[in-house]
Amino acid sequence: MTPLAPSKVHKRDLSEVGWSFQRARNRKDLFSALGFLLPNFLGFLLFTTFPVFVSLLASFTNWDIRPGVPLRWVGLLNFRDMFSDPDFYQYLWNTVYLMFGIPFSIAGSLILALILNRKLRGIVAYRTMFYIPTITSGVALFVMWKAIYNPDFGFLNLSLDWLISHGGINWFRENLLHTAPITFEQLPKWHLDPDWAKPALILMGIWAGVGGGNMLLYLAGLSNIPPELYEAADLDGAAPWAKFWNVTWPQLAPTTFFVVIMSVIGGLQGGFEVARVMTNGGPAGATTTLGYYIYNKAFLEFRLGYACTVSWTMFLAILVITLIQWRTGSRYVESAT
Amino acid sequence: MSKPAQIAKTVLSHVVLAAVAMTMLVPFFWMLATSFKPLTEVESGRFLPVQWQTRYEVDPARPGEFTRVNNYLEVIASSVPDRRIPFAQYYFNSLFIAGWVTVLQVLTSAMAAFAFTRIRWPGREQVFLMYLATLMIPGVVTLIPNYALFERLGLLNTYSGLIIPAAFTAFGTFLLRQFMFSVPLSLDEAAEMDGASRSCIFWDVVLPLARPGLITLAIFTFMGSWQAFFWPLVMIKDEWLRTLPIGLLVFDSMQGRETQLIMAASVMTMLPLVVLFVVGQKYFVKGIQLGAVKG
Repeated sequence: MTPLAPSKVHKRDLSEVGWSFQRARNRKDLFSALGFLLPNFLGFLLFTTFPVFVSLLASFTNWDIRPGVPLRWVGLLNFRDMFSDPDFYQYLWNTVYLMFGIPFSIAGSLILALILNRKLRGIVAYRTMFYIPTITSGVALFVMWKAIYNPDFGFLNLSLDWLISHGGINWFRENLLHTAPITFEQLPKWHLDPDWAKPALILMGIWAGVGGGNMLLYLAGLSNIPPELYEAADLDGAAPWAKFWNVTWPQLAPTTFFVVIMSVIGGLQGGFEVARVMTNGGPAGATTTLGYYIYNKAFLEFRLGYACTVSWTMFLAILVITLIQWRTGSRYVESAT
Repeated sequence: MSKPAQIAKTVLSHVVLAAVAMTMLVPFFWMLATSFKPLTEVESGRFLPVQWQTRYEVDPARPGEFTRVNNYLEVIASSVPDRRIPFAQYYFNSLFIAGWVTVLQVLTSAMAAFAFTRIRWPGREQVFLMYLATLMIPGVVTLIPNYALFERLGLLNTYSGLIIPAAFTAFGTFLLRQFMFSVPLSLDEAAEMDGASRSCIFWDVVLPLARPGLITLAIFTFMGSWQAFFWPLVMIKDEWLRTLPIGLLVFDSMQGRETQLIMAASVMTMLPLVVLFVVGQKYFVKGIQLGAVKG
């Protein structure tokens, strides 16, 4: 081994000095980073991370908060109970049924965004009005809809009745079809009728969501499409319809992807608040979703362990469905853009 | 495209947009109109009230006593003992809780976002990924153990029990991190050269420049807390601690047919949100679009 040249030694010394300085700085950085992070991180650990694992463990126990029920490890018993409970399947079906509104809601948001994107006057005013249902969403809005859907004096049935008797529908039925006129009593009972309750909630959901966050995301997506693409399409003499399918739709693929995933995640865990306010999960369990089932098990029957089982199952279902969407969706997004 | 076709298209667009806007607003107008009706008119089928219920009246036969003919005052005045519901108390509770949650969440999220964007430390990206991962967990998964935890801590049915769990969220950290990335790092370095400490850089350099982000998060948080339902529903046992949504739910199930009062209560619950939205719309729209950048 040849002795090091003096200049090299010199260089190495310097770099070593620099390295220890760097290390001191790193340590100082680490401490100050911890100082800034800690308040949030401790709360995050205590109220989010820790409960997730407690919930997982609890789903294998008979955890019950009433006094006098000793905590026992029951293995897969809760899962067996859940999968053999016919109610569980009905509520799962309700949850899926209520999600049938999602494609209509997303399509509506896209159409509204496309119209709003045509640099018209008063766009901000329209956008504000469309967004009001999203802003006010919550108990107050559901209470309002409960009154609107009321079959005896609600705004919807009174308006429908007026339209039918004054708008010519009954005239048409009596004079041309020779059928009996539609009476006020024959109108749907909306959220109070087991057959109409779910469609009523879906209609309200579309009304509330169509001009909301999804529309804003589509507007942002539209403003990010490079105008050259449309110019090129114009040069080719493309029709508006062709421009939509060949430029707009593929360019919006990432937005659609995000919107669909978030809607599905929201739909699978949703439905509790609206049903609690408007229908109490009824009539005849027609609007009880998985979220509502969990609430009932945990806070009415106090079976916390079982409720954790159902909520973890829901979480896993969301995870799997999101991963599937992610894989198929990102392939589509990549080929589209 | 020819000029007339262009005009026809614009007119058609306005017709569609106006129709949708009407559909969005008419239910609210109906609610507003109903909230000014007397009970006898609620089921009449007329859209507008005949006798607007807008004042307090003094009954000449009984001076000093008021006849209430204003549904809003009737709902608010229910806070007088032996009246139906303490609505004014609910209002105070909601404001108090939402105010504290907003201050705490913006502060802790800003500090955490600072640590995630301005300081280099080992494991930074991994910890952030953990934050992101929890955004997908349904609320009910954590809610049940938290309920048991707060029961053990003796915080069920208290203001702190309603404020604390909402004060630390992954979402706030995520949103402010997005905003802070847009504040140039060179400003920190310049301040550091001048001998500024980390906390100086945080308070005097980064926070003022991240102000739009802070306002956005504050609006989101305030609205979220104002609307919070599940947690207050299971937490609160005491009538005097109820927040507006819970109070409204109870009111609705108690009042039954007195729809004009329920509508007045709903209008009062919604009003602060609408005002906040109209005032802070710029920040709101930006926040939604930014929150979705990375999902």
